[in-house]
Amino acid sequence: MTESAQRQHMVYAYAVLRPTPEAARAAAVLRGVADEQVGLVETGDLAAAVGPVPAEEFEEGALKAGLEELPRLEALARGHHGVVAGLAPLGAVLPLRLATVYRDEDRVRQVLQERRDQFLPLLERLAGHVEWGVKVYTDPTDSLARDAAVPAGATGGEDALSPGRAYLAARRRRRRGAEEAWQTAARTAARIAEEAGALAVGRVAHRPQRGELAQVAGGGTAGGGKPGGENIANDAYLVSADRAEEFRSRVLAAAEGQPGVRVEVTGPWAPYSFALPPDPAARPEPV
Amino acid sequence: MSTALDEEDARALAGREVALIDLLDRLLQGGVVLAGDLVLSIADVDLVRIDLRAVIAPVDAEHPAPLLP
Repeated sequence: MTESAQRQHMVYAYAVLRPTPEAARAAAVLRGVADEQVGLVETGDLAAAVGPVPAEEFEEGALKAGLEELPRLEALARGHHGVVAGLAPLGAVLPLRLATVYRDEDRVRQVLQERRDQFLPLLERLAGHVEWGVKVYTDPTDSLARDAAVPAGATGGEDALSPGRAYLAARRRRRRGAEEAWQTAARTAARIAEEAGALAVGRVAHRPQRGELAQVAGGGTAGGGKPGGENIANDAYLVSADRAEEFRSRVLAAAEGQPGVRVEVTGPWAPYSFALPPDPAARPEPV
Repeated sequence: MSTALDEEDARALAGREVALIDLLDRLLQGGVVLAGDLVLSIADVDLVRIDLRAVIAPVDAEHPAPLLP
């Protein structure tokens, strides 16, 4: 890098890993958040996957603005993930938090050396493991369908009610249906957590997902795969790679046949949720 | 993401296209937090959460956007 290039670029860091020839080769064909070529910065038995990014886009003000704008945040997140996911199959990686940026590669080496005693045991723990996401939702459309089906045959009295009373009765049933669906979902979530916990070596609870972005989330589902519903559990599990498929199918099986519930399994992921920051206050709630 | 590989190859490497919200859970709550240079506070989870409140929380129609501090 020339001196003028150093002034114009910063170093975006994606992940910490072991420096192997395979990892270096894999990194060299990856493009990062600024469409830059990715490479490894190595120091002893540790490496970081990094790429040079334009300083004017990654200085604090620009970056903050970018994080507030969904399309730019998405591009950044997907670019970051593309590098991490491209390296994860080759061996343990410690993904870094989004938007970790340094002045130059020497600073990256310095940080690797300073944190070596934390990184090495973490890499050892995560080697040969993958992360799965398990999300449990209530499925209100399911309980509505049940409500619509049951009363007509079961009571036969619906037609006898005035329109106003019929409306109120239907509304009460819907509310009851939603409460039941929530309780069923909570019980299913508990059963799944038990099933999943037996196969996993770690669990981290993320915040339940809310809002517009939550409505478009996809993934493997059991229980009908309908959109909507309230996310009541959003957990990440660390699972040995050789039990990965077993984990997925057993979790989905545990959700089979549960009315009013929808379960999504996402992954396998690089172990983002288990690259725990050293400060306990800064990590997601451990369970 | 754009890569030297074509997009499909990249997705094969990354697994299928993941939902943004699942990715943000991991990139903003997970991952190793290192103090970076110049953008030190960006890596701080609280600041990121405040910034993201504009993106994630207010779009729930039942719970309108809280006033940002």
